[in-house]
Amino acid sequence: MTTTRTSRKPRSRETIESYLLSEHQLEDMYYYMLLARRLNERMLVLNRQGRAPFVIAGAGQEAAQVGAAMAMNKGQDYLAPYYRDLGMNLVLGMTAREAMLNLLGKRDDPNSHGKQMPSHWGNVERRILNGSSVVATQLLHATGIALAAKMKKDPIVAVTCCGEGSTSKGDFHEALNFASIHKLPVIFFVQNNGYAITESTAKSMAVPNVADRARGYNMQSAMVDGMDCIAVYQTVKPAIDQARRGGGPFLIEAKCYRLWAHSSDDDDSRYRPKAELEEWAKKDPVTTFRDRVESDGIFPREDLEEIEQRVEQEVRDAAQWAMMQPDPEPEDALTHVYKEL
Amino acid sequence: MAQMTVIEAVRSTLEEEMGNDDRIFLIGEDVEAGGVFRATEGLSKTYPGRVIDSPLAEASIVGIAIGAAHYGMRPVAEIQFADFIHSAFDHLVSEASRWSYRTNADAYLPLVVRTPWGGGVHGGQHHSQSIEAYYTHVPGLKVVTPSFPADYRSLLKASIADPNPVLFLEHKRTYRLIKQEMDGAPAETRLGKSRIARKGDDLTIYAYGLMLHESLAAAEELAKDGIECTVVDLLTLLPLDVETILEAAKATGKILVVHEDTLTGGFGGEIAALIAEHAFEYLDAPIRRLAAPDVPSMPYHHVMEDFFMPDKDKIAAAARDLAAY
Repeated sequence: MTTTRTSRKPRSRETIESYLLSEHQLEDMYYYMLLARRLNERMLVLNRQGRAPFVIAGAGQEAAQVGAAMAMNKGQDYLAPYYRDLGMNLVLGMTAREAMLNLLGKRDDPNSHGKQMPSHWGNVERRILNGSSVVATQLLHATGIALAAKMKKDPIVAVTCCGEGSTSKGDFHEALNFASIHKLPVIFFVQNNGYAITESTAKSMAVPNVADRARGYNMQSAMVDGMDCIAVYQTVKPAIDQARRGGGPFLIEAKCYRLWAHSSDDDDSRYRPKAELEEWAKKDPVTTFRDRVESDGIFPREDLEEIEQRVEQEVRDAAQWAMMQPDPEPEDALTHVYKEL
Repeated sequence: MAQMTVIEAVRSTLEEEMGNDDRIFLIGEDVEAGGVFRATEGLSKTYPGRVIDSPLAEASIVGIAIGAAHYGMRPVAEIQFADFIHSAFDHLVSEASRWSYRTNADAYLPLVVRTPWGGGVHGGQHHSQSIEAYYTHVPGLKVVTPSFPADYRSLLKASIADPNPVLFLEHKRTYRLIKQEMDGAPAETRLGKSRIARKGDDLTIYAYGLMLHESLAAAEELAKDGIECTVVDLLTLLPLDVETILEAAKATGKILVVHEDTLTGGFGGEIAALIAEHAFEYLDAPIRRLAAPDVPSMPYHHVMEDFFMPDKDKIAAAARDLAAY
């Protein structure tokens, strides 16, 4: 399965001064953010139809994810993601069809072949680490990748993601500590979406910002508006470039917002003030990006509509196709307990 | 080759294998200075940059080794005492053991975690424990428990070469206590194989680690009284060599399983269940388990420590009872 999207129009790769990005990159940003959102929406529909037992989504975090992933060297850098990172996986090569195979736990899901719950990403070829549902363990795995790369003098960077809730776990602190001691090429990309299931940030930490936590480890850190894909890219890119040159680890906190409930099994109206949600919904990263590039005259409306239609079509096709794909065999439950060489 | 201790078997194997494969590196607490038991003595000088002192944070030792193994290195992590491994339990159980399973073996982890376990060293509750039973319950891991220096060497090599996460348990009381003439010593090179260390017709003893040596000593003494024991050196607890275990059970029909871990939920229950399930008609007596009493951990004072641990005399007494049944 090929993975890269193809624009219908030739897009210039020349840098637009006011964005420090090219038309080509800007179209990619919109395409991947929209694809992530529409896939998540369709997944939730499939869940409500009884076709998919569980959905855990990244709505509201698309700008953070797409901006950060586009700053990586695809095929070279490693990603140790967390379960909301659909957008990052799409940028790094996952197709809409594969995302739907994953949702349905189908035999041919390249992430886990039906062995794990949906959104537990992993793909060796794309350098995406597999992970569990236990939060923050992936931060140490990414640190190990970075240690190995440094030992072998390979010019790669490991990017690892988590929510702000994960930053209270020991693994987060152990990873930052080790990465900073050894000046490893690893980027800790924290998507602060305001909630750890029902717990607002104030219940998780006594500091106002996750980025503040870096100081205890003598690590460089930055905060960025996680609803702004361009700002995220412009923040993550230099951090990755610097790490690649031996400048050490970086903690980046993208302030974003979980627009949906924690998962398809959660009712966020129990704990989330409606006014708060409405306020953040105005900053929806997908629509604000669209409005900006349209009003700045980067893309005419018909171009944006064309992208939207293409995404709709891709998502519809992916869902229909994936539902017809084979399920695992019952006895597949017994396979690959050990790797045989 | 002359005589070798267990600790020298471990150290020399690490040194040789690091020379053979530059993907191998060591990570753990105090390993640069040689480690508290001197298992890595001199290696940081021989292999600069490949023996890495970790902060005192066991989850990070294993978690970082997982990432490095995924990348293609061959990390050999050291947990200074098995008693401290519990904060890395999550990484071994929730992560490492499932790396192959949850990716249909697209990804795999050539990872070794070495750790000294077991008592008899006045180590009290937190430097004496047997931890094997927590991990033998985890398919996807391999759990190796050698007893003799030659097997330490061959099985450590096999563990490093294995594409799966291996918990390599080194009984700390045997580090300098047990010596072996290496010339012609049997050495099991495969994980998942047990060895019949002694043959006798009257009963079969199953053991590993220090208890294997205590069992062999008991068998020696019992032979003087005409009681002949088969002694099985289990070597690997997971995956288990079911064939050898059943063969040894069927040969005598009387079973004594010995371990230093506490009784309930200890590994002996698994051996007993296997034999009861698959060799019931060969049995001439109820299966007997000899283990430490069900108290939280090994007490410190030597009087209580001796009481807690099975030893040659307790094994011999249990074997005499069984032989007379």
